[in-house]
Formats: sequence, C-alpha cells, structure tokens
Amino acid sequence: MKEILDQLESRRNEARLGGGQKRIDSQHAKGKLTARERIDILLDEGSFEEFDMFKAHRCVDFGMASQSIPGDGVVTGWGTINGRQVYVFSQDFTVFGGSLSETHAEKICKVMDMAVQNGAPVIGLNDSGGARIQEGVASLAGYADVFQRNIMASGCVPQISVIMGPCAGGAVYSPAMTDFIFMVRDSSYMFVTGPDVVKTVTNEVVTAEELGGAKTHTSKSSVADGAYENDVVALSEVRRLVDFLPLSSREKPPVRPFFDPVNRVEDSLDTLVPPNANTPYDMKELIQKIADEGDFFEIQQDFAKNILTGFIRLEGSTIGIVANQPMVLAGCLDIDSARKAARFVRFCDAFQIPILTLVDVPGFLPGTSQEYGGIIKHGAKLLFAYGEATVPKVTVIVRKAYGGAYDVMASKHLRGDVNYAWPSAEIAVMGAKGAVEILYRSELGDPEKIAARTKDYEDRFANPFVAAERGFIDEVIMPHSTRRRVARAFASLRTKVLANPYKKHDNIPL
Amino acid sequence: MFKKILIANRGEIACRVIKSARKMGIKTVAVYSDADAEALHVKMADEAVHIGPPPANQSYIVIDKILDAIKQTGAEAVHPGYGFLSERAEFAEALSKLGVAFIGPPVGAIEAMGDKITSKKLAAEAGVSTVPGYMGLIDDAEHAVKIASEIGYPVMIKASAGGGGKGMRIAWNDEEAREGFERSKSEAASSFGDDRIFIEKFVTQPRHIEIQVLGDTHGNCIYLNERECSIQRRNQKVIEEAPSPFLDAETRKAMGEQAVALAKAVDYCSAGTVEFIVDGERNFYFLEMNTRLQVEHPVTELITGVDLVEQMIRVAAGEPLSITQSEVGINGWAIESRLYAEDPYRNFLPSIGRLTRYRPPEEVAADAIAVRNDTGVFEGGEISMYYDPMIAKLCTWAPDRASAIEAMRNALDGFEVEGIGHNLPFLSAVMDHPRFISGEITTAFIAEEYPEGFGGAALPLDTMKRLAALAVRLHVMTEERATQISGAMANHRRALGRDWVVRLDNTEFKVSVDQNPGESDVLFEDGTSFQVASDWLPGQILARGEIDGEALIAKVQSMPGYMRMRHRGADLKVRVYSPRHAELAALMHEKLPPDTSKMLLCPMPGLVVSINVKEGDEVFDGQSLCTVEAMKMENVLRAERKAVVTKIIAKAGDSLAVDEIIMEFE
Repeated sequence: MKEILDQLESRRNEARLGGGQKRIDSQHAKGKLTARERIDILLDEGSFEEFDMFKAHRCVDFGMASQSIPGDGVVTGWGTINGRQVYVFSQDFTVFGGSLSETHAEKICKVMDMAVQNGAPVIGLNDSGGARIQEGVASLAGYADVFQRNIMASGCVPQISVIMGPCAGGAVYSPAMTDFIFMVRDSSYMFVTGPDVVKTVTNEVVTAEELGGAKTHTSKSSVADGAYENDVVALSEVRRLVDFLPLSSREKPPVRPFFDPVNRVEDSLDTLVPPNANTPYDMKELIQKIADEGDFFEIQQDFAKNILTGFIRLEGSTIGIVANQPMVLAGCLDIDSARKAARFVRFCDAFQIPILTLVDVPGFLPGTSQEYGGIIKHGAKLLFAYGEATVPKVTVIVRKAYGGAYDVMASKHLRGDVNYAWPSAEIAVMGAKGAVEILYRSELGDPEKIAARTKDYEDRFANPFVAAERGFIDEVIMPHSTRRRVARAFASLRTKVLANPYKKHDNIPL
Repeated sequence: MFKKILIANRGEIACRVIKSARKMGIKTVAVYSDADAEALHVKMADEAVHIGPPPANQSYIVIDKILDAIKQTGAEAVHPGYGFLSERAEFAEALSKLGVAFIGPPVGAIEAMGDKITSKKLAAEAGVSTVPGYMGLIDDAEHAVKIASEIGYPVMIKASAGGGGKGMRIAWNDEEAREGFERSKSEAASSFGDDRIFIEKFVTQPRHIEIQVLGDTHGNCIYLNERECSIQRRNQKVIEEAPSPFLDAETRKAMGEQAVALAKAVDYCSAGTVEFIVDGERNFYFLEMNTRLQVEHPVTELITGVDLVEQMIRVAAGEPLSITQSEVGINGWAIESRLYAEDPYRNFLPSIGRLTRYRPPEEVAADAIAVRNDTGVFEGGEISMYYDPMIAKLCTWAPDRASAIEAMRNALDGFEVEGIGHNLPFLSAVMDHPRFISGEITTAFIAEEYPEGFGGAALPLDTMKRLAALAVRLHVMTEERATQISGAMANHRRALGRDWVVRLDNTEFKVSVDQNPGESDVLFEDGTSFQVASDWLPGQILARGEIDGEALIAKVQSMPGYMRMRHRGADLKVRVYSPRHAELAALMHEKLPPDTSKMLLCPMPGLVVSINVKEGDEVFDGQSLCTVEAMKMENVLRAERKAVVTKIIAKAGDSLAVDEIIMEFE
C-alpha cells in the first residue's frame, strides 16, 4: 500500500512542478508568480481543493504526443476567501506558455459549471499565450465553450478576471464578459491583435504596453477596472473586492462586524460645498465620510473621472456608490461617464447590492464629439440602468441637479426609494444664467435687468425646496448627519420587494 | 474695564485674544475678509464685521476699514494681535484720536523701536548690550572696510530697512567687506527702496533668545524671563521653548534687567519682547524690540502662569500690574511647535486647500504635563493662500525639559492633519534629534542638520520593533474581523496562523504572536518580546498602544497592498505577511518610481491655462513653459535648465492633479 501512496505523492509533485524549475525561474525573473503561487496568495491558506490535477491533452499532432504535462497548463479548483467559497482557474505560463487546449478549456468549464450550480464566484487568473496552435479548431472550440459559460454565469455569480501576463486574440473575450477585470502593471497586456499585426495592417508602430497595457485599459479603453503594482497586491485587492460581493445573485451582500458608529456626525461636511457654485470640491471626501471606516473600493478610478463608482459598507453591509465628481469636467455626464456608471448600476442590481447616488451634475456635456459619439444612446444606458434597478436606491442631491441629468441620477421619478437633498441643492431645469437667457431673450441687451432676472431665478429655483414641495425630495437633510440618515434609509429598505414585469429580457440601448 | 473689544486680526491669534476676553467677561468683535467668512475667529466672536476682499492690503491692514468696524460696533479698545497693524504707529494714533484704547504700547515706543538704527541707539543709551558695530551709516565701500576692520571680522553688513535675510552679507575679510557692501546696498535699494547700510559684529554660534517684558501706565515694568527661539528656518521660527536650556540665572537676570531698562527708556507699557542674540560664551547683544504680543508668548504663559493677553487688556484699561518682579518665577519647562501648512517633503512649499481632517491632541492642564493648542482652523476649514501659513501652535509643559519634549513627541504623534501638506513630521523629527535634545542649538540648527532638506525621519531599531509589534496586532485584528464575514462555509472557516513577517519599508522582522482581546505578546526572532496593549479598532486612524508599558501613538491607514504608518516623523509602508506570503512577496520586483527629473510635473492641483512651448522646442533656463491656474491665481512654470521639449502631455483646459506630467524633456 505504501508504494501506491508514494506513487500518488510523486505524481502530485510532478504535476505541481508544471513546466519545470527552469520555466518557474524564468517566470520569477520577470517578477511574476506561478499559477499555484498566485492561488496561494488569493485563497485562504490551505483552503485550495484542486481538480483535474492529472488531466492531460489528447493532441498527437506536431509532436505533441511526446510532450504531455499533467494539468495541461491550468490549475483549477475551489477554495475560500475569508471562509467564503470561490472557484478559481489559474493559467500556468510555464506549461506550453499557458496556451489553451481543448482539455485546458474543459478544466475551466468544469469549475465554471460548478460555480453556477453551487452559487460561488469564479476568479480567473489569466496568463496565456493564446490558443494551442497544434490543436487547431479544437482549441477554438475550447474558447467558445468558455465564452458560452461566461455568458450563462453572467448575473448568476460574480466573475472576476485578473490579467497577469499576455492575453491576446480571442482569449480577451472571456475576461471581457466577466464583471471585473484587473491588470498587473508592466507585466500584463490585452489586445485583439498585437503590435506586429497592427504594423502590417495599419502601419502604426506601437508597443505592446501602449497598445494594451494596464495604463491603456484603465485610463483610455475602460476595458480594465483597476491596475495594481504586482501580482501580490493585485491578488490581495481581489480578496478585498470579494469581501464586498455576494457569492451569487441568490444571496444578499455579505455583512461583517463594523466598529464605526452609525450616528457618527461629520461637522466638516457642512463646509464641503464651497460658497461659489462654480468652485469644485472633492466628492471622494463625502464618500469616505459616509462610509464605514472611510473604506471605499473604487471601480474604474482612472477612467471617466467625472463620475465615481465603487463599493463602501454601511453598518457592515455592502453599498454601491455612484457619484458625480465636480473636480473633473464639473461632474457632467458624458459618453464615458454614462457608460461607466450604467455598467456599475447593472452589476449592483444583478447582485442585490443597494445603490447610493450622490448628485452634483450640471447636465450633459455639449459638443459635436459627444453628439457624433452617440451621447443620446450612451446617456440612455444610465437612465435605463437606474430605471430598471429594483434594489434599494437612496439618493442625496449635494449641489446641482440640472435638467435631464437630474432625472437620470436616480431621481424619485426613476423609482428612487429615499431621495434626500442638502440645503445647498439646486434642482432646476438649468443654471440661472442659461435659464434667464432663454426666458428673457428680449432683455439681453440690458445687463441690469438680466442681473435682476437671474437673481429672481436663483431665489426661486437655486434651492431644494421647490422639489421638496412637490415630494420629489423626501427630506432636506443636514450635511453633517448624512451618514446616519443614509444608513437609516437603507436599513428601512432591507425588506424592499419590487419586481419588474416578466419579460424574456429587456432591450437596453447597447 | 472695557465692555467690548475689537480684534484687528485673524487666525489663531484672534481666537487666542477672544478666549482671554471671554474669560474676563468682555464682548468681542471679529473682523474678516471674504476669505475668512467661515473662519474660526468669526464663529468665536460675539460680533463680526466684514472688511473687504481677501488680500490683507485690502482688508486687515486698511486702517479706515478697522476704524469703521469700531464705529459700527462701539468697541472700546482694539487688540491688534501680531503682524498686520500691530506695530503701525499710525494705527495706534488713529485710535487715540477716536478715543479708543489701543491694547499695546504707546505710539512713541512703537515709533522708537520700529527703526533698526534708532532702536539700537536708544538701547545703547539705556545701557543695553549691543552688537559691536558702527552706529552711523556707511558712505562707501572703503568706509565699510575701515569700519569692519575696526570692529574685527567676521562682520555682518545689513540694510537698515532690512528683514528676512534680504540685504544681508557676512564678511570675513576686507575683500568680502567691500563686495558685501556693494551687494547689500543694491539689494536694499531694489527690495526696500532704502539703501542705508550699517555694519556690526557677526556673532558666532548665535542663539536667538528673547525677554518678555510687561509694563503698565503707572511706571511699573517687569520681565517674565526668556524664550529660546533658535530653531528657525530662513528666519522663520519653528520651535520655541522657555526657559532657554543655555542661560544661567545670572545671564537671565542681566538680560531681564537690561530689557526692562530699555522698555522704561521709551515709557513702554503693555507686553513687549526684547530680542537678543547670544553667542557661545553667553555674551548677549540687543537685536530689536517687538512692540507687540509675540507669536510664541504661550511658552512664557506656561512657565509663569501669567495670561499675557489679559494683562495687556488690563494695562490698556489703566490698571496697574498685579504682579511684581519677585513674584515671577520659572515653573517647569514649556515647548512650542509651530504647525505650518508647508510641505516638508517639497522643500517646505506652502500648501493650501481644505482641511479634510484636523484633530489636534486633547488639551490637558494636569500637574504632570500640559498640552495646549492655539489654533485658528477647524476640520472642514480652508487654508487660503492669502495669509500666514502657520495654522496652529502646539505647546507642551512638563516639570523638566526632557519630559516636555517627550510630551511634545506624543502630542505631535496624536495630531491628525489631512488635506494639505504640513510640517508635523519635521517637528517630530526635531524632537528626536540628538542635538536638539542636548540643547546645543544655534540659529543655524536647521540649515546645518538638514542641509538637503527633509526626507522623513529614520527611526532607531528599537522603535521599529515596537512599531512592528503594534502593526502585527492591528493586522491580526483586521484579519480576525475579516474572517467573521457572513456567508463563510460552516466548519471551514479561515484560521489565522501565529507566525508573521512584518516589513516596515525595507526592514523585516519575523515574529510570532499570541493575540488576546486586550493585548498581544509578540515574540521576535532574536528572542526579544513585547507585550502590546491597544484599544484600536479597525478603521481608526489613531492607534494608541502601550508596548511593554510605554506609550506609542501611530497614525495608520489602510492602502492598496500595505498599511501606511506614521510615527515620530517617519512615514512607513508596512506590510504584514504570513510566512508563505512573505516568501512570494519577496519575488516581486521593486518598482522604482519613474525618473521625473526630465519631466515637468504640475506642482499643485489646477487648470492648465496655456502651454507656452511646442514639441521640439529648445527651451532655456527660466523660460515660461506652461501656465497653471490654481485657486484663481495663474502660476507660470518655468524651465529649470536648458532642454529640448520631447513630448507635451497636457493641453490647455486640462485639470491636473498634483504631480501629473505636463511635458517631458530630452
């Protein structure tokens, strides 16, 4: 018997070595961890249960019959993050460059199927050179099998992708359909066609980093939701994110003990909004002062900075935040910010995460580039996302809420549950200056008259009370008590029941 | 006694005066500019009068505006604070015409002490020791050389109207005296429009020690001992203490008596300060007299128990002094640290903006130690560019100097200021500096000890271990809380190990921990162990701990991938790993911050108004590259040396954060 046991151990050891020590050393030399080492950081120590450790490819072409490495370039299984179950696949660059074979894909599909069935997130650690060319169409079929599962899992369980090496060609479309993509700076890149093809076809000369590095995808393309310094930090931050998320759409978000009093008063918020309506202030300060322990996990912080999205906790439980950021483009809505926020709102709604919206929006960004780019349809995405969301929605209008953008930002009219305003709120069709120029066009030549008209308009509309009189605002609240008021509003909504009419699915303006 | 007084000032000193007035039952009137509408002194005063736009020369120092405010409110007296109108004879005169009391000295004393040459003459006549020098004006360079060699080198060549180091030269020989004279003269002419120059002995190992005097209108005048203000940066005082660690009783008495003699010579009343320069042999020489309340007056109050502001008000109301010279003692030791909105890591560049967090340490007035914080700001307030960057004066008192320094260290560690750059880490570093601790300081302390500027304090190994021990406790608490999340698999919960690896920047310790709710035992690899007690809870910024019974206060913040820990002037990246994680983390490459020496970075958050060069341009030293608007002020960024612009990243209209790249050079 001992011999048999030893045999298992030696086969395991062989599998654990992946592509061999030389390739492991080369991975380390690049400042990258191996597939298994990454799992060690991601999961609770000792919690990983591996599947298909001995699974090998079945290819016999191009001399592959003689090259077989147990595991076939991907490590799969499940484990826990702070005791909560997650499924993981981690591509092993030391084995055939992490390339995807039919069997490699089967391993991924197996854990994805289990994840959906058992209601636990899937975390994919991507480090792959692409398709296993030797396998031809079998490899392509493998990709498509994974894509189909990404689609089916979407909205059932959270799917998180971490790009930790190359990810090119068709391979990008699996992460693309997951909920969050994180990248590692300087050692990861994603593109559909690489720099060589780009040069041949378009004559553009571009490096892999410029074409598809972490900076490109977090600040320009918005493909990635965040980028981190190295493997260790990226994986630790994924753990941090998972602590905010429910394991599946069947459950409510997790709750953990908190040490921050719900009724904490922040007097400094009374002076957050500057006296001059055109002076910016940092909306992040408000988010941090509302949040438990000031903890804000920001999503897409380098893209469309005129809107902030991310997660906080109130009373230990997750809340999704959408907030206009007056520091950038005066916090207006444009194509990028509408797309960014719409996707975030839909994620929250899919996973029962209540949404807090903080409003300071002067309207939509005007201009040909916006109109030609289709701001009408992109802006509609955010409007649609808010309107269809059935999770608890609490809104605080901090300063400006002008025009159509007021309607969009989780207004009462889009089934906002509790809509608060600070005394500094200005809820109106537009700013006083613009309104007067339209209403009193004939008086434009007389600056004195116009000034008087502007003042009249300001007195009448530059406040939250007109909206409050109509019930569009449930209550005007003191800035310093925002945390308590918002937390209590969400507490009152814990038992909210609201369902949209049955349909196969909606037709959001994509 | 007055029923209502007006404070013709702002910031901490206005608040300070209001406190004493309130204690005496006197109503107060604040004045404020547009920038100060929400300021603390306005909130504290019983009444407040708006006096104009933010720049001081359109508000706080416009005499007519103050006079209007007085008429409007019926204030019977005015306290000018320091700076602004406090030493303007014209203002005191205008008040007396109006029949309003000036809480300060008589006009004649202000005038007499206002001019450097006059005051020096008066001092010499009153028997005050003055720096050997030539009282008259210097005609030309040859005259300067003659005088200098008579006095004996080294000599200081100074502009009569000078200040702030402008128009000042030190000469060690004839050649330097000749050149120094010419330079000082032209600098003085351009800076002050007054090219009068005088020469005096240059004092070596100089200390700045000043005597607090207090006089009344009945001919009484006393001195309240000295303050040592040698810790200065470019003539700006940073740390003061009372008494001086250098003076003996005999020198103190001699200086005090001479100061009183000078005060009497000009019929001084109210509080005033006679500044001396003291050399290594305890020879002291008169520098100047400040005819007002001094910024650093609290240290005198702490060791004498006298409320100087109260005394000033009483004197102005005609009351005789209630204390005599023999009743003035020295009780314990007091230290003052000035908190400036200046970023020590950026060569003390003034920093403005919103105070997102401002939590001074708790003020205590106990027998063992006292902590006092004179401040004019509050959390959520705005630090504007228009006024002095000093935002608070943190003072500690204890029976002896070492205890006062220790109290200051802890008070600084417990002071939370966020949102702006500030010098707290620098102040902490000085408190731990062996030369400061020894008391062997001169006015060149900062220039000599921090010649390259300030880059954070290096902590001794023992302190690093204590911090590591605290960090482990905090980390384990944080992780324990994390394991208590809902939805964990029953019976398969995450268990934490006992062994940890702590990295504080690049110093690594391997430890093993026994963690209990109230305290932890942290055993280091070298066999030493610490018992850590702390009531810290996850999310709190201030972590107060007792490490083997010794208090330790650190500021902690969770950041992506590490915990930021600040303590005693050090700003550390702390990573606590399990042994396996530590092994893997060690494989990560150290990423060096990008070389920014060939880039133009945005020095403050602002809006790009214009880019003034094109890619490929060759730019020369001092050429304007870009204009950035911040706080409604246009700042021109200039080339520091000759270079070729290779890439322009920002464009007009962009709003940039601090340190964002504007352009790159070859």
